[in-house]
Amino acid sequence: MKVAVQSVEARQGGTIAIAGVPVIADPSGALYWPEHGLLAVSDLHLEKGSSYAARGQLLPPYDTAATLARLTRLIAHYAPRVVVSLGDSFHDGGGPARLGAADRDNLAAMQRGRDWIWITGNHDPEPAHNIGGAFHESLTLGALTFRHLPTGAAGEVCGHLHPVARISQRGRSMRRRCFAADAMRLVMPAFGAFTGGLNVRDAAFADLFGTLAFTAHMLGDTRIYAFAATRCLRD
Amino acid sequence: MSPPEYKGLLPDVFAQWFARRGWTPRTHQLELLAKAKAGRSALLIAPTGGGKTLAGFLPSLVELGEKITPRTKKLISTGSGIRRDGGLHTLYISPLKALAVDIARNLEMPVREMNLPMRLETRTGDTPASKRQRQRRDPPDILLTTPEQLALLLASADAPYMFGSLRRVVLDELHSLVMSKRGDLLSLGMARLFQLAPLMTTVGLSATVAEPDELCRFLAPQPLDGDAKADLVIARAGAQPHVTMLDTSERLPWFGHSARHALHEIYALIKQHKTTLIFVNTRSQAEFTFQSLWGINDDNLAIALHHGSLDVAQRRKVEDAMTAGKLRAVVCTSSLDLGVDWGDVDLVVNIGAPKGSSRLMQRVGRSNHRYDEQSKAVLVPYNRFEVLECRAAIDAVAANAQDTPPLRIGALDVLCQHILGRAVGEPFLADDLYAEVRSAAPYATLARTDFDDAVDFVATGGYALKAYERSAKIRQGEDGKWRVAHPRVAQRYRMNTGTIVEADMLKVRLMRSTGRRTGDRQSKMGKSAMADLPRGGKTMIPRGGRVLGQVEEYFIEGLTSGDTFVFAGEILKYEALVENEVYVSRSTATDPKVPAYEGGKFPLSTYLAARVRGILADPKAWRALPDQVREWLEIQEWRSLLPPAGDLLVETFPRGSKNYLVCYPFEGRLAHQTLGMLLTRRLERAGMKPLGFVANEYALAVWGLSDLGLAIARGDLALGDLFAEDMLGDDLEEWLAESALMKRTFRSCAIIAGLIERRFPGEEKSRRQVTISTDLVYDVLRKHQPDHILLRAARADAATGLLDIKRLGELLSRIQGRIVHKSLDHVSPLAVPVMLEIGRETVYGEAADTLLAEAAGELVKEAMS
Repeated sequence: MKVAVQSVEARQGGTIAIAGVPVIADPSGALYWPEHGLLAVSDLHLEKGSSYAARGQLLPPYDTAATLARLTRLIAHYAPRVVVSLGDSFHDGGGPARLGAADRDNLAAMQRGRDWIWITGNHDPEPAHNIGGAFHESLTLGALTFRHLPTGAAGEVCGHLHPVARISQRGRSMRRRCFAADAMRLVMPAFGAFTGGLNVRDAAFADLFGTLAFTAHMLGDTRIYAFAATRCLRD
Repeated sequence: MSPPEYKGLLPDVFAQWFARRGWTPRTHQLELLAKAKAGRSALLIAPTGGGKTLAGFLPSLVELGEKITPRTKKLISTGSGIRRDGGLHTLYISPLKALAVDIARNLEMPVREMNLPMRLETRTGDTPASKRQRQRRDPPDILLTTPEQLALLLASADAPYMFGSLRRVVLDELHSLVMSKRGDLLSLGMARLFQLAPLMTTVGLSATVAEPDELCRFLAPQPLDGDAKADLVIARAGAQPHVTMLDTSERLPWFGHSARHALHEIYALIKQHKTTLIFVNTRSQAEFTFQSLWGINDDNLAIALHHGSLDVAQRRKVEDAMTAGKLRAVVCTSSLDLGVDWGDVDLVVNIGAPKGSSRLMQRVGRSNHRYDEQSKAVLVPYNRFEVLECRAAIDAVAANAQDTPPLRIGALDVLCQHILGRAVGEPFLADDLYAEVRSAAPYATLARTDFDDAVDFVATGGYALKAYERSAKIRQGEDGKWRVAHPRVAQRYRMNTGTIVEADMLKVRLMRSTGRRTGDRQSKMGKSAMADLPRGGKTMIPRGGRVLGQVEEYFIEGLTSGDTFVFAGEILKYEALVENEVYVSRSTATDPKVPAYEGGKFPLSTYLAARVRGILADPKAWRALPDQVREWLEIQEWRSLLPPAGDLLVETFPRGSKNYLVCYPFEGRLAHQTLGMLLTRRLERAGMKPLGFVANEYALAVWGLSDLGLAIARGDLALGDLFAEDMLGDDLEEWLAESALMKRTFRSCAIIAGLIERRFPGEEKSRRQVTISTDLVYDVLRKHQPDHILLRAARADAATGLLDIKRLGELLSRIQGRIVHKSLDHVSPLAVPVMLEIGRETVYGEAADTLLAEAAGELVKEAMS
């Protein structure tokens, strides 16, 4: 099977400073913090397909494999010392148990030789067995705190909101996942293959950032494009 | 006088009724009666006004009338309830709800006047649930309905009882029904009916088509080998229509789709006639034309507007006024192509090129609804190229040439929906259902593997990775029969039946005037105040307000608050989108900011395209063209060239800082757009640095930084290779991976097949609220199971639908070794129309990242200056 894979090497991350700490926003939607060799991804929503299937919508059962494959490539590229999965790693509490054997092996292989931290989220509030790693509600390292639900605190890196931004150019509208950040806090895009998004012009973002004075770092194919939130359109 | 061989066919009471009304039964009406007597199915091809509907129903009315006493109706248990004896005799299916209702009204007259002992009812999406229940229990003699309602009726346990007594199915406007997936669904429903009602025969009513035999096959169950056909009955043709082209004294535009130049002449035509129907190809053109006509309507003529996006109540008002003869003109779209009876139209004006000869003849037939009078139509081309197309169409009508497309191959997504419906109805054996499905003409060649894949899809999603056995929708029992796994599955099937997946439509509401702008204050407000604002609006939107109609979601996506556009006959200002409703206010602007350009919805037919190329290649044929068009072609011949009819002209020339390549395949915008995507990919690979392209119905222009003419002259770029057929291989594959058009195609397939459900019990969901996007499913499925049945279904659609790959393939094969290159210093006369579209049209349609970079670049400029 021929699949055009964008090599990670050709990508160009964008540097964003949060609370004075420079981090790299990767076009895949991951965040890399060179100082600590830390790679963070958010809202993987693994086993979302099987979760829907149980309720009667038989979506393709390949979302977990697809998400993990992208993560594998990122890990090969950055060779991080620590991986943080920023909550809602599984779409529901039964997800870890439904994980297929190949996906389970994949995960174990990625975890080998590094620290792996599962931050608990609203979809997966309880620690799970048989998926390796350590479980925490949040992780504070230097000036940054990683947690799932946004609180607005300074130095916070969070997920949960699945930010997307919409831009219109020459009569065409483009809607992409994005990092939403101001100087003090950052919301990560959802990384999962089946995860949708919430427009950054939704009131939830204005609530979090206080105003519209934040930036949407949109994920392009090979690089990040930054737009002021005021330039972004509503859905 | 009716021919002697039909003597005695018509019972006295009918003969007297005809005589009382001063009518003579037409030959084709009696012929259909004879076919019915002989137990034969039949296809009737008749022009508008030929008494087609009465012909279709006459056999049923006669049979039902012959039962002298009303049948005794005793109650019978069906196992799931009770019903009455007697049962359904005739089922009438039409593509339009409105048509079913209209026909019912027309039939009531003869039934009442002859005092026929029969009951006649309609069943549509609007029929109240209590009446539907009653119709199952106690069916009328004649039921008028739509393909979707038939599917629903079949997917119930009492279908065998309801349809067991059925003697006849009448399919109206069959030429239109068979062109879409609704036709596929209908064919599968008919295959089921033939099983349930062994005595059933069919009657198809159709306008003239290119291949009547295909429709005859559609009407008969197909045997496993060979084919079966209904008999063909052709009504005597009406008088030859009189079709002319408006010979404008104004200057003909070079490009675009505005009839501004011809408005006064059209208005004069309206004044000269009693009632004029003005057909345009798209909604936005209808809006524009309507508004412009009122702009010059000094005599206050009653001119109305009718298109499918307008609110139903408003459409009904127009229809009633029309029937009552109160209107002088109606501007309409294909919403009126079909046969709703419209009274005394004495002129049809067709604005824009007609796109097909058969389509034009059907439209022309709307004038002079009386059989023997000549119908009259005037074609108004939008621009110079369309003059050629109109000329070709007039010649085609004179030659009575039909160009309806060939019968469809049944779609796999529709098959999936039908299989689930069958399981909902009653348990089935796969072998039996496969045989039944193949008896439907569109599915006659269905491979067993495709059928099995469809069953597998319905059961557990059809995935190579067997993960969903526990969530199966249908399961095979020990008796080998497939049945639904849970009553919930049946319930959800019923909520999602049908094959019409239109672009998502949003309601347009005229805002109440009490709106108070709060946007300026927003930044000063605290967090808590922000939270109280309605989502998605910087204006306080008072909820409610009059509904003007519906508009496509993708159109609104391109707008920002404050943009103006034309809708429902006025210029509106877009205010906000709140949930699923677009709020607008009246605007004082004189020109809408957003032109809402849409080319024709229908591509130029292959047949007319060939005729247009023929005209271009033959200077003698230019004599029939208006002077300004003839001059244009003469200059083209002098400055560049006009190729022989089978060749493809490719021109290259520099202009400004860029180099252009323009070619003229005449294969329609969709095929050209796909060609443009693929050509730019190839040029990119050849290092020619293409920057963009624009396509119209007739031509394609590609531009870039490299001198393409020079590269061709030096032999660095071979046109034969550039246009080689293998571009439909890897290049196409790569493009499909990211194509938004392909994703849209996939989405319809996923919805029709039932992978994505739009409606859930207890709540109506639109796409905006469905949590999983089909684009994400497409990406994942394409990578992990590229031969999945839904991807195959989407590919089959793409071949003829939005991407028109089939036609592109035919083009590439046609022009092998027949490309004529002309290197020029300037733009050629023939290239002007397509060049003028640059800048109005979206460029480089799919390369979203390029546009992102451009948008980001602009910001830099803004920031630096």
